[in-house]
Amino acid sequence: MCLAIPMKVKSIHGAFAAAEAGGLLREINIQMLPGVRIGDYCLVHAGFAIQKIDPERARQTLSLINEIR
Amino acid sequence: MKYVDEYRSRSRAKKLSAQIKKIMPPREIKFMEVCGTHTQGFYRFGIDKLLPGGLKLISGPGCPVCVSTGGYIDRAIKLAGYKDTIIATFGDMLRVPGGKLDLERQRQAGRRIEVVYSPLDALGLARKNPAKKVIFLAVGFETTAPLIASSIISAKKEKLKNMFFLASLKRIAPAMRYLLKDKRQNIEGFLCPGHVSSITGTRPYEFIPRQYRIACCVAGFEPVDILEGLYFLLRQVVKNRPIVDNQYIRAVNRCGNTYALKLMQQVFCISSADWRGLGKIPESGFRIKKEFRDFDAEKIFSLRQQASGSRQQASCKCSDVLKGLLSPDKCNLFKKACTPEHPVGPCMISAEGACNVYYKYKK
Repeated sequence: MCLAIPMKVKSIHGAFAAAEAGGLLREINIQMLPGVRIGDYCLVHAGFAIQKIDPERARQTLSLINEIR
Repeated sequence: MKYVDEYRSRSRAKKLSAQIKKIMPPREIKFMEVCGTHTQGFYRFGIDKLLPGGLKLISGPGCPVCVSTGGYIDRAIKLAGYKDTIIATFGDMLRVPGGKLDLERQRQAGRRIEVVYSPLDALGLARKNPAKKVIFLAVGFETTAPLIASSIISAKKEKLKNMFFLASLKRIAPAMRYLLKDKRQNIEGFLCPGHVSSITGTRPYEFIPRQYRIACCVAGFEPVDILEGLYFLLRQVVKNRPIVDNQYIRAVNRCGNTYALKLMQQVFCISSADWRGLGKIPESGFRIKKEFRDFDAEKIFSLRQQASGSRQQASCKCSDVLKGLLSPDKCNLFKKACTPEHPVGPCMISAEGACNVYYKYKK
């Protein structure tokens, strides 16, 4: 029920944006992410962007795991 | 898909699995995954097979559909019975049992009940059907609550006179506090919900290690996320140093999404709430504020708050399952009287209910 998927912001028009995931384009509400820009990835839950995905911190997670031997 | 595929990598999952096995002490350790989406991911991806035998994961109360009370469903059914209403709802709610009936049967009987993907679709229905009263079943945790707040504000701005919200919105951290007060509970760590936390931040869990000395880790929902989250939890247990760890740093910080939190504060006040199987829990819910009462179905349709009686059979053990005291397969009804086709209790109905997940994925 708290499902949210990462989508890429393609265009912004006011409180809404067009976002893409897996070839699917969808209009999302970005009112809760006022700083979001074209090219950003955000988590989308029931038609709303709820949080931006931080690319640097995403890399950190993966490199930490890659370091495990 | 970016931010999905790399967290489903088999080699990364194997590394984490090996790491977990390496530090696992030779005794049984129980963690609770609070969120139903974690429960589903855990079995869907076969993560249970990657863990040492002694590490047990117990499902918690984190499925908003499962914890909606029979009384709430009955109020929705009553509203659906009025001639000029359209009920808009997330699909999972249709089969949740009320006192005698469920919404699915009402729909088959010709009541107008529409499944929507977003509360915004409900606003669309209200615009398209000005002669009807549209009532959205606003069910969810903190992930969903800000969306509802935003939609209520939109409805007010647009002066939509025919849009209403029947709210059953819940807060996770007070439910965790309630579980911890049960002396039968012997969990040593909480895998905390990633998407709730993307809104609330990690701060609401800080009382758990402080007051109860129980480990916490917020985790994402892909297999690598879940495994790393479990590794972080285990590391805390081994060192006997409980804190609130954050595995899902790409989407979660300590303070949450401040814009979303502001929307919630604007529209809701914190109240006690009824949870199916758990009862009334203080400060565990959101109520629509007076300023927005024109959109509060509870006020406008003067629905009487009834006791949350449901037709749940006495032998149904959903309440113990929700508390993490009983594994779904230990319930006498499981796979016999209770299946996804003919569910008895709410944990079998929701795709994220512990019983439903066990039925589908666990051998």
